[in-house]
Amino acid sequence: MRTFARIVTAAAAASLLATSAWAEGSVTIKGSDTMVILGQKWAEVYMQKNPGAKVQVTGGGSGTGIAALINGTTDIAESSRAMKSAEVTSAESKQGSKVKETPVALDALSIYVNASNPLTEISLPQARKIYTGVITNWKELGGPDAPITLYSRENNSGTYVFFKEHVLQNDDFDPSAQTLPGTASVVNAVSKDANGIGYGGIAYAEGIKPLLIKKDDNAPAVEGTLENAQSGKYGLARELYFYMFPGKNAAADAFAAWVVSPDGQALVEQVGYYPLKR
Amino acid sequence: MDSEAAGVLPRVEPTAAIQRAAGRNRRFTQTVEKVIEAWVKLTAMSAILTIFLIFVFVGREALPLLWEDPQPGLEHEVVNWSTLAGPTHYPDRPSRFMWQPVSNVPKYNLPPLIVGTLKTTIIAILFAAPLAILAAIMSSEFAPRWLREIVKPTIELLAGIPSVVLGFFALMVLASWLQDLLGLRLRLNALNAGIALGLAVIPIIFTVAEDALTTVPKSYREASFALGANRWETAIKIVVPAALPGIFAGVVLGFGRAVGETMIVLMASGNAATTTWSFTDSVRTLSATVAAELGEVVFGSPHYRVLFLIGVLLFVFTFAVNLCGEMYVQRLNGRLEGSRS
Repeated sequence: MRTFARIVTAAAAASLLATSAWAEGSVTIKGSDTMVILGQKWAEVYMQKNPGAKVQVTGGGSGTGIAALINGTTDIAESSRAMKSAEVTSAESKQGSKVKETPVALDALSIYVNASNPLTEISLPQARKIYTGVITNWKELGGPDAPITLYSRENNSGTYVFFKEHVLQNDDFDPSAQTLPGTASVVNAVSKDANGIGYGGIAYAEGIKPLLIKKDDNAPAVEGTLENAQSGKYGLARELYFYMFPGKNAAADAFAAWVVSPDGQALVEQVGYYPLKR
Repeated sequence: MDSEAAGVLPRVEPTAAIQRAAGRNRRFTQTVEKVIEAWVKLTAMSAILTIFLIFVFVGREALPLLWEDPQPGLEHEVVNWSTLAGPTHYPDRPSRFMWQPVSNVPKYNLPPLIVGTLKTTIIAILFAAPLAILAAIMSSEFAPRWLREIVKPTIELLAGIPSVVLGFFALMVLASWLQDLLGLRLRLNALNAGIALGLAVIPIIFTVAEDALTTVPKSYREASFALGANRWETAIKIVVPAALPGIFAGVVLGFGRAVGETMIVLMASGNAATTTWSFTDSVRTLSATVAAELGEVVFGSPHYRVLFLIGVLLFVFTFAVNLCGEMYVQRLNGRLEGSRS
């Protein structure tokens, strides 16, 4: 009986050691809700190719991922916006190591309206005036005489920050903009509201209509295709990033290197984003 | 064996040994009682201690806001009483109250959130209190026994519905109904959130008010009937005034729940930080703001501290309401007892 107990203990200890050794190959990734599906696709294929590697991907928003990186609770922060200099300073002073930014894919944002809206294109300055509350009625854009309802994202969203920086030019959203918790809720709200306008990743859903984007009032109206996004003609294309401390976790470094390799990039289009320009 | 089977035990004379054993037993029982008593006391105290510790913790996270030096790289994010009370001034447009904590220059004006919380709470109470109190009067004074036994558990079951389910109902169903019914411009607004909140508050007010009404002594009713009053007069003029402190306590409890409730308003209110008094505008409440934003903030940043300050505000708010309610109930009780003598 006693030898049996000893064998059980030894086996338990061995398995404990084994798991901890195995855990060294594990990578945690946290951040952008936009990038969750992309990250999970990469993780899935990477783990198939490298048995023993363990990659965990969770969302929560770019801000959440960056906060986790600063607080030291994730290896890689996925972000759909560039990290702010204040955040980099804060991360480096807290973790005592340099932050590395890796662009990993391209995303084309779109601005969309209800399918019943006659509008087909919008310029970025117009979008700015709408979202800051200067233009409040569709008739000012040649539409019907109806007040505009603004739909926006919660402020932990990278899409929110990107839109604020690139479309609003760091101006403030009008207080009447409703903040909804995800791309899907914005799409759902705009599809139910004839006077609604929303923004988010390119979405093809029933009841909404993505608008062609003009970089300024005199520029041509452009659709958010792969060519236009890679060439920079499309005004709302953005890079998606990995943020990490290189050298802190070898498994994370290997994973990030694989993601930007042709193998990793080949998967990007499968989940609705565009690969980086070669 | 035969006597036992018949249920009659043979009589045993208490010997000295048995008496000693009984004494030991009594002492043992007394010790056990003391231990249990101490345990009960400890449990009661631990509830008070927990509340106190929560308050200390929340305050400790919030208050450094007032004296802490800004973190390196965050010097522009100064927070003081004037930025909290707002409004935000712009060079090229009128000043207004802004809640935009994620921004190059974050705006932490609290009035939009306070107004939002007040609006949803007031609607919830205006919607829930009359319904719940009338239902309680109906159930305790007028309903036949069989009906009461259906109504009471059913309303109390409403309290068991998870708030996320109520929120989802408000988001998908109630919002569309209200919009079609009233021709509203915005689907998600204070009215929608307030009514959904009211659904969560009804069982609280109902339960407390119903208990208060049923505990009014039967002699009051009998005296009233004896003087020729009918059931309606008895209920409204005798029973309800006598139960008023309890009914009022129920409303206060409901108010506290409505102020602190998070999930329903997060889903149903539209979360736009407006500062208007229109009940059909979208609103952002204090509790929903904490829930939506606390997950992403950097520990110790001004945004983090402001969110904890909102926690303190909610705590103080409900505490003040409960205290005022308690004092009012005491006065009511005093008046009722005074008139009795």
